Amino acid sequence: MSTVADSEAVLAEQGTSLWQDAWRRLRKNRLALFGLCVLVFFVLIAILTPWLAPYAHDAQDLDLGAAPPSAAHWLGTDIFGRDLLTQIMYGGRISLAVGFVATAVALVIGVTWGAVAGYVGGRVDAVMMRLVDILYALPFMIFIVLLMVVFGRNLLLLFLAIGAVEWLTMARIMRGQVQSLRQQEFVEAAISLGLSPATIVRRHLVPNALGPIIVYTTLTIPSVMLLEAFLSFLGLGVQPPATSWGLLISYGAETMEEYPWLLIFPGAALTLTLFALNFFGDGLRDALDVRGSGD
Amino acid sequence: MWRFVGGRLLQAIPVILAVITVTFFLVRIAPGGPFDSEKAVIPEVKAALEAQYRLDLPLGQQYLAYLSDLARGELGPSFKYPGRSVNELIAAGLPATAELGAYALLVAVLLGGLAGVFASLKPNSAQDYIPMSVAMIGICMPTFLLGPLLVLVFGIHLEWLPVSGWGDMPGDKILPSLTLGAAYAAYIARLSRAGMLEVMSQDYIRTARAKGLPEWQVVTRHALRGGLIPVVAFLGPAFAGLLAGSFVVETIFQIPGLGRFYVQAAFNRDYTMILGTTVFLSTLIVLFNLLSDILAAWLNPRLRAQYGEA
Repeated sequence: MSTVADSEAVLAEQGTSLWQDAWRRLRKNRLALFGLCVLVFFVLIAILTPWLAPYAHDAQDLDLGAAPPSAAHWLGTDIFGRDLLTQIMYGGRISLAVGFVATAVALVIGVTWGAVAGYVGGRVDAVMMRLVDILYALPFMIFIVLLMVVFGRNLLLLFLAIGAVEWLTMARIMRGQVQSLRQQEFVEAAISLGLSPATIVRRHLVPNALGPIIVYTTLTIPSVMLLEAFLSFLGLGVQPPATSWGLLISYGAETMEEYPWLLIFPGAALTLTLFALNFFGDGLRDALDVRGSGD
Repeated sequence: MWRFVGGRLLQAIPVILAVITVTFFLVRIAPGGPFDSEKAVIPEVKAALEAQYRLDLPLGQQYLAYLSDLARGELGPSFKYPGRSVNELIAAGLPATAELGAYALLVAVLLGGLAGVFASLKPNSAQDYIPMSVAMIGICMPTFLLGPLLVLVFGIHLEWLPVSGWGDMPGDKILPSLTLGAAYAAYIARLSRAGMLEVMSQDYIRTARAKGLPEWQVVTRHALRGGLIPVVAFLGPAFAGLLAGSFVVETIFQIPGLGRFYVQAAFNRDYTMILGTTVFLSTLIVLFNLLSDILAAWLNPRLRAQYGEA
């Protein structure tokens, strides 16, 4: 909840009522609010995991082995007697971190690229967007698999690789926004005041294009998390001893016949999070889309 | 129309070239040569091997040689399976993958299209909400989770269907096809619903109704064509996703297809195999994108008018 409240506060200072409007509309959308609550809940747990987790990350109980859910282990244990709830909590930290960090990478590259192309226009724009078109046509799943194979499987690279392929749509959206904003009087005013292009883009264009960018960001996070889980499932993503939801699901799938809870609980955690993000993103889009038609 | 097709074909060439170039150099700058195994290879043997795979040439020449091989349709020898070429390995894996992909696409289009059109006929009713909620689950549930869950329910508990294999037992193609197609069925349901809703509010639909056509004819004869354009345009990107999904599905169900070869090649660091498969799959994806763009344009009378009838 804090992120929306924060951005609302920041933007309220700039004197726009759009964000209060959007928040009012969002509040009426129960599914979106539910998504937001689930999300905040998971993020809080992820942040507080080292203090909240019932067991140490690497604590084993080999005598116990794989046991179904019980009072001592709410979600059961895996074949090494590790507490599944603890595993899911630590895995969630990585899955969510990959989702947020990789999306942030995509955000920075995409917004900068799109803003420059849209603002400078002309030949520069044509070349920059042509490059985006070509990259768009590349089969990215295959390329990410290739990247992970070639450069070894480390987490930082996973962030960068996923971020580097998700920025394209962001760049397109930003360019479209900047192109239409550039024609408006307040930008002409800023130019005639002698502000540098960098300042105009940073202070005037980016804040005004924020709506669609925020919506798309919210919808990028689940697709990034899915990508991470996909790679981890194939064994090309997060490597043990670190864990992630994708990795837990892949272990769970191997032993689901005897120990179905090892598949079901991590799967539920991932699916619920993706659900929440998608509902919240859809709700945000509906809440913000009125821009232009209303007011 | 032909100008449009020609233009798109010309655009596809730099993309394919870019794929080949990027993949080639990525694989070459990979740390660790293909023959750096734990046991030391005799220098003469290593030199002979490197000569056989042209690794002794300067990088530029290797690249040009690879390009000329490609132009002749040769994807090179495999590093890990001596005596077998990448062409043979692809030929061995392609049939299963193509069949799986075709069935999955069929599941996606039929199931998704029907659900979407059905939902669009009575917007904001139970007939709309129920299929669309199921579609949302389909979008959020990753393939690698859905597959094992389906196996758990239909294969292990109910024992209705085989849990793995491809063409060995009757019915063993059902679960993989469903698993792979489900997410795309969900997307297509959403797309076709949105497309149909937009079309159904247009004037020509009102005209069709005004002249007294029964509603099912209005839908099938007039609305479907326009309403499904977004679905056709989506098929290109969906194809790329299906291929990536087939990596997972083939791994889960132990299907001897291209996807499983690709993942195995990735683990074995079989660089020529990775290179060849990447180039092959990428070219397929680019061509399929092209096809779906052309089909969508052909279905869209406005675009057709813009480029003139062929």
